Amino acid sequence: MKHLLGCEGMSAEEALNLLDTAAEFSALAGRKVPKLPTLRGVSVANLFFEDSTRTRLSFESAAKKLSADVITFTGQGSSLSKGESLKDTAQTIEAMGTHIIVVRHSSSGAAWRLAHSGWLHSSVINAGDGTHEHPTQALLDAFTLRGRLHGDGAIGKDLSGVSVVIVGDIAHSRVARSNVHLLTTLGATVTLVAPKTLTPSEVEQWPVRHTTSFDEALAEHPQAVMMLRVQNERMKGSHFPSPREYIAHYGLSVQRFRKLPESTLIMHPGPINRGVEIFSIAADSPQSTILEQVTNGVWVRMAALYAVHGQEGS
Amino acid sequence: MSDVLIRGAQLLGASEGDLGIRDGVFVPADDIHAGAKKTRVVDASGLVALPGLVDLHTHLRQPGMDHAETVLSGSRAAAAGGFTAVFAMANTQPVADSVGITDLVYRLGREAGYVDVRPIGAVTKGLAGEELAGIAGMANGRAAVRVFSDDGHCVSDSLVMRRALEYVSTFGGVIAQHAQDPQLTEGSQINEGALSSRLGLTGWPAVAEEAIIARDILLAEYTGARLHICHLSTRGSVQIVRDAKARGARVTAEVTPHHLLLTEDLTAGYDPLFKVNPPLRSDDDVLAVREGVADGTIDIVATDHAPHPSESKDCAFGEAAFGMLGLETALSVIQHSLVDSGLIDWSRVATILSSTPAQIGQLAGYDAPLQVGSPAHLTLVDPTASHTGEMRYTASSNNPYLGRSLPGRVMHTFYSGRATVIDGDVVEPDVVGGES
Amino acid sequence: MAADYVLTESDIARTLKRIAHEIVEGNPEADHLVLLGIPTRGAVLARRLALHIGDINGVVPPVGTLDVTLYRDDLGDGAMRVPQPTEAPEGGIDDRVVVLVDDVLFSGRTVRAAFDALIDLGRPRAVRLAVLVDRGHREFPIRADYVGKNLPSALNERVSVYVEDVDHEEGVRVER
Repeated sequence: MKHLLGCEGMSAEEALNLLDTAAEFSALAGRKVPKLPTLRGVSVANLFFEDSTRTRLSFESAAKKLSADVITFTGQGSSLSKGESLKDTAQTIEAMGTHIIVVRHSSSGAAWRLAHSGWLHSSVINAGDGTHEHPTQALLDAFTLRGRLHGDGAIGKDLSGVSVVIVGDIAHSRVARSNVHLLTTLGATVTLVAPKTLTPSEVEQWPVRHTTSFDEALAEHPQAVMMLRVQNERMKGSHFPSPREYIAHYGLSVQRFRKLPESTLIMHPGPINRGVEIFSIAADSPQSTILEQVTNGVWVRMAALYAVHGQEGS
Repeated sequence: MSDVLIRGAQLLGASEGDLGIRDGVFVPADDIHAGAKKTRVVDASGLVALPGLVDLHTHLRQPGMDHAETVLSGSRAAAAGGFTAVFAMANTQPVADSVGITDLVYRLGREAGYVDVRPIGAVTKGLAGEELAGIAGMANGRAAVRVFSDDGHCVSDSLVMRRALEYVSTFGGVIAQHAQDPQLTEGSQINEGALSSRLGLTGWPAVAEEAIIARDILLAEYTGARLHICHLSTRGSVQIVRDAKARGARVTAEVTPHHLLLTEDLTAGYDPLFKVNPPLRSDDDVLAVREGVADGTIDIVATDHAPHPSESKDCAFGEAAFGMLGLETALSVIQHSLVDSGLIDWSRVATILSSTPAQIGQLAGYDAPLQVGSPAHLTLVDPTASHTGEMRYTASSNNPYLGRSLPGRVMHTFYSGRATVIDGDVVEPDVVGGES
Repeated sequence: MAADYVLTESDIARTLKRIAHEIVEGNPEADHLVLLGIPTRGAVLARRLALHIGDINGVVPPVGTLDVTLYRDDLGDGAMRVPQPTEAPEGGIDDRVVVLVDDVLFSGRTVRAAFDALIDLGRPRAVRLAVLVDRGHREFPIRADYVGKNLPSALNERVSVYVEDVDHEEGVRVER
């Protein structure tokens, strides 16, 4: 694939290839030299118009583990914040000789524009565009889920029959969108939980089930529950009357957690708001995959870089 | 000025006939001597003769945004599209909220000389929606402004809108409302629906347009004022206007060429070329507005020609400006979506694109199209020609029709008897003879 | 079909046993021996060799796999290649005599990549190379220590090894 812009339209085969490759990369952790020469001489530019230290570091780490050269541009204090356009910034970076551009931007479709506008030759990896997609997050979520469910025998397996509940501000979540595409492609059943004000319009057309009742969704004993952050602005104002109401209805409270079977996996893309959408008893339990999601993010991003390299210019 | 004899045109698309022009007005064709030295004879066989077109909604960007368009370049683009009069919206820099700016725009139009440029005055100062603009001053200035609009913004405060309707009717004017509830459309990018949901772009719900239209019609009825609705785009809006007219409300409505043809799925590739306000809607909405034009619910087509420099479109979707070009292709789009599809004939095109907009804007000289004694505003169109959407005269390039096959070519345009377009090309400024 | 094979199933079996003997003779310190097969077929052959070695001297050496996909010098020339698993043999490779096992030795680039992969896994005492078939046309100065069969070939020919576990047939074929 020349670009990795989203999980929409990704075939099951492509998805499994990425996950299986990530699995091989994860074996590096135990090696004497946890590094590969695979992308030696390849130049990767992180273009983070919207800041995110964690995702940025994850991509930097992934690129370095493959011996690629990494340059990073963030919003603060650079020409990006001085109003240089998306097009000019990307072309300037490419003029310095990059092969792969990893981009995070607050506008939905920014990665698509970079990839298809004819401004660049480089391959583009979407590290999050507005409220549209965040494909590497969904991939690491699927990788984590697969690993927990199948252990060492995970290679080659998809997520057929696995039930996942995603809770939170679905309407504004690129993580939710990417996960809906990827999880359903891999055969999982997805149930979305959100109040009507945070539910995307015409969600009936999405290949998911949806409900406004978290307890109803939990009563079906899903194998995994994925909690999403809710931004402060949405919790007040007109989306939701108060944080207390939100927590009472949509938070993974102590009470709700205690009712769950011990096998239920608790997932969260991070960073977590303790005491809001998730409580410590859940976040710190053995069922929580939060930290391994972060670790797996590096392997999955290595797989993404590996998958697109060599395709630039084609 | 020399005499002109137009031979063999299909007058208003119907019977074939000749037209004579002398001293800026239509005269009986027999009065013109074809052989006389200074007479220009135009062979119009196969061409449809329409009255000069009148655009009630254009953005000429001058003063303040000359890099996108000027009164001169916009006038030339208008002439190329068969227009002889354009109403220029007030959202310039500075805003046209006082007689100084409206008279300036009027003068620039006369200097350019291609079309009658009628400035539109703002409803509120600075388009801020709070205090009324210098309406009386603008109405009494040289530009004699009769149409007032905050287009680009909605006059959303109900009290301000009520006062504006009352005040403008004092001067016999009309308010042209850009119907968009700002609180329902904060950060909106494209039509709200399954597509916006999938693309992760904030939706612009139809109800934000319809609710304002409904409110304004009731206010207009209550105050006895005239109301004009800009760029209608949804089935719901059409129905509200239809019901209002049925009970006798004094409301008129316009639709843009792009809302008659283009739909929201063009935005699936995040190309800001298709980002416009109100947004492109669904197939069903396009059907509804076409039906609205056919049954008279929608009175006119107005281009909402909105030039933008490339920096404003060559960027991420969320950062791009709203607006599309439209002057040069308007007639082609109308021919394609309404005439060739059998919904209306050319005589109705003349009504919706010339006599009615002139009437709403209180522009004299368009009520008896092509009749002897009327000012010689005329455009001759070849309906059999086709092109691929190019625009040659506007200073900007945000053209959503490029590459699309469209029918019809404007071959000749006459503004008060002076040729502004000859054989498909706009004449040079020194030839058209604007006032210096 | 059997007539097509330049090496039949029984040829392969005999050859592997002979190589196993050579390995044992050349490496008397049996407890330091490990085998690393290059997937896919090299790994299959490595497992068989290990069993034969066990038959000969009573100790089955640890076997691992070494995928070289990520060390190749021709990546990015086509579709993404999903790497196969790399499993270090039990006890690792540090201070061991590592016998790399592959099915066909040709240009030598795969083995070159294997050296890089090997070094990142650990520091062996020594590295040996065992191949079932050597078809010549080396592009790198590499030679095998243990060769099943020398098969001179033309560049436009394909020398293919088929093993039951992977291909549901067993034999070596030369195809034009």
